[in-house]
Amino acid sequence: MLAVHGLEVVYDDVVLVLRGVSLEVPTGAIVALLGANGAGKTTLLRAITGLLDVHRGRITKGEVLLDGDRIHGRDAPAIVRRGVAQVMEGRRVFAEMTVDENLRAGGFTRNRMQNREAYDRVMDLFPKLAERRDSTAGYLSGGEQQMVAMGRAMMASPKLLLLDEPSLGLAPRIVEQIRDIIVTLNEQGTTVLLVEQNANMALSIATHGTVLETGKVVKEGPAADLLGDEDIQEFYLGISGGDGAQRRSFRDVKSYRRRKRWGA
Amino acid sequence: MSEFLELSFAGIALGSRYALVALGFVIIFRATGVINFAHGGLMLLGAYFAYALIATGMPFALAVVLAMLGTAAFGATVERVALRPLVGRPVYAAIMVTVGLLFIMEQLATTIWGHNALTLGDPWGLDTVTAGDVVMPVKDLWTIGLAALALAAFFVLLRYTRIGVAMRATAADPEAALAQGISAGRITAVSWAIAAALATVAGVTFAAGPNALSPGLSTVALIAFPAMILGGMDSPGGAVVGGLIIGLVQSLTAGYQEDVLPWAGENVHHVMPFVVMILILLVRPYGLFGTREVRRI
Ligand SMILES: Nc1ncnc2c1ncn2[C@@H]1O[C@H](COP(=O)(O)OP(=O)(O)O)[C@@H](O)[C@H]1O
Ligand SMILES: [Mg+2]
Repeated sequence: MLAVHGLEVVYDDVVLVLRGVSLEVPTGAIVALLGANGAGKTTLLRAITGLLDVHRGRITKGEVLLDGDRIHGRDAPAIVRRGVAQVMEGRRVFAEMTVDENLRAGGFTRNRMQNREAYDRVMDLFPKLAERRDSTAGYLSGGEQQMVAMGRAMMASPKLLLLDEPSLGLAPRIVEQIRDIIVTLNEQGTTVLLVEQNANMALSIATHGTVLETGKVVKEGPAADLLGDEDIQEFYLGISGGDGAQRRSFRDVKSYRRRKRWGA
Repeated sequence: MSEFLELSFAGIALGSRYALVALGFVIIFRATGVINFAHGGLMLLGAYFAYALIATGMPFALAVVLAMLGTAAFGATVERVALRPLVGRPVYAAIMVTVGLLFIMEQLATTIWGHNALTLGDPWGLDTVTAGDVVMPVKDLWTIGLAALALAAFFVLLRYTRIGVAMRATAADPEAALAQGISAGRITAVSWAIAAALATVAGVTFAAGPNALSPGLSTVALIAFPAMILGGMDSPGGAVVGGLIIGLVQSLTAGYQEDVLPWAGENVHHVMPFVVMILILLVRPYGLFGTREVRRI
């Protein structure tokens, strides 16, 4: 189980971005982490996976526990070895490398035998990738690149998979595929922390949900409750379709109103 | 015609050494984003290590292999001690440290082995091979062969091995590579070691035979510098092409200067690499094979 307690994160020694965030991801669950742009979702994932250094960020308070062990402060490779893999925001495939090479990079911390097994499993999860093994990853479609990024993370055979906005910029049909794959790999035993702005998609498969707003948790509970929650419906679900530009301004207004009401 | 072919052959022999040195620059740049000015120092020390081993009576080939390993270990250690603490700090700090390291390495070589020209023995003699009416020194054939072997070994490593894939991943997106559990520190150490081993091959081929070994050898790296830039700072293949171009340009300029550029003086071939570099950068700002993002430097 992953447990985050009272986490504070500061960038550049001055910008306080997470202000006492607590979160639990029970083993075997899918937990959805929702929140508008800039809420601190990606920062939370960086704090869990040891990638804050790269961004001149630092944990100033709180702790991150994995099965009871403190993992914050360890470097990223050590955390991957502990069984935590992530799919970064924006996919971040190695564009000039082939699909197979991307997958090999994902298996860097594992031995040859483990990689062979993981590779077969990834090919089962993503039959499309099997057809594209020797293609240069940078030339694939957005959906295929997302599959490469997910397959690459699964090559580490993680106990816990962190996904940062996997549906971003993808067509609804592809989003459905991605969602189904998340369900499948969860059923096969991988715990999932799913960061999304697409609350509909995330809550439809999650057991629990947490809403982050300017660095604080403002709501949490069983996914079904959140789906029925009036605020969530108004602020996230009502806006999960429609025109991009309008949606953004609409959301800005809503998030301003919400902030006032929730007192965050 | 045979003069042209002979000059071209000599140019390729020269260029293959530049290619080795330029590739070392590129390997370290890809791993760290830092231009390693100490690279000439690694080449110098590699050649001196080989000299020291040959002086014990060791066979030439064995001495070269051991010198490559020794210089690789030395390079990785220097990186660990002097540069690793600067990770995350401004890049210019690391670059200035490499400049300092160059002077320290040159002084180290001078202190241990002195200023005098030393000889690595004469492993390849002064024989020549004649094809048609083109005469080729055996020494140059060896140089080209050894360089080709070292370059081929590196490209096989980069393409097919686990560490090679990890090196490419780190060069493409350091943070995403880290997120896969690829340790940036390990990639940097391996990169320094490989660059140092390649530099040793270059240093030995520069100093073997009738050429001799002296502390001034490290300035050769300055000429490999335009080779790296014109190939594109982050392109291993570009470094090789750039090295060969610079070698050919130097050899042909030196050979034809009296006929073509009589007014330029007979040392004009020393500046030609830089002239070519500037011309290519004017047309292609990222070099022949560089990627655009390199601009951040
Ligand atoms: N490297 C950084 N340096 C300084 N501030 C940052 C950095 N990365 C993110 N931030 C700031 O932290 C806040 C949270 O960002 P982020 O974690 O990316 O949010 P989210 O993923 O929810 O959109 C934003 O205000 C953002 O501007
Ligand atoms: Mg984000």
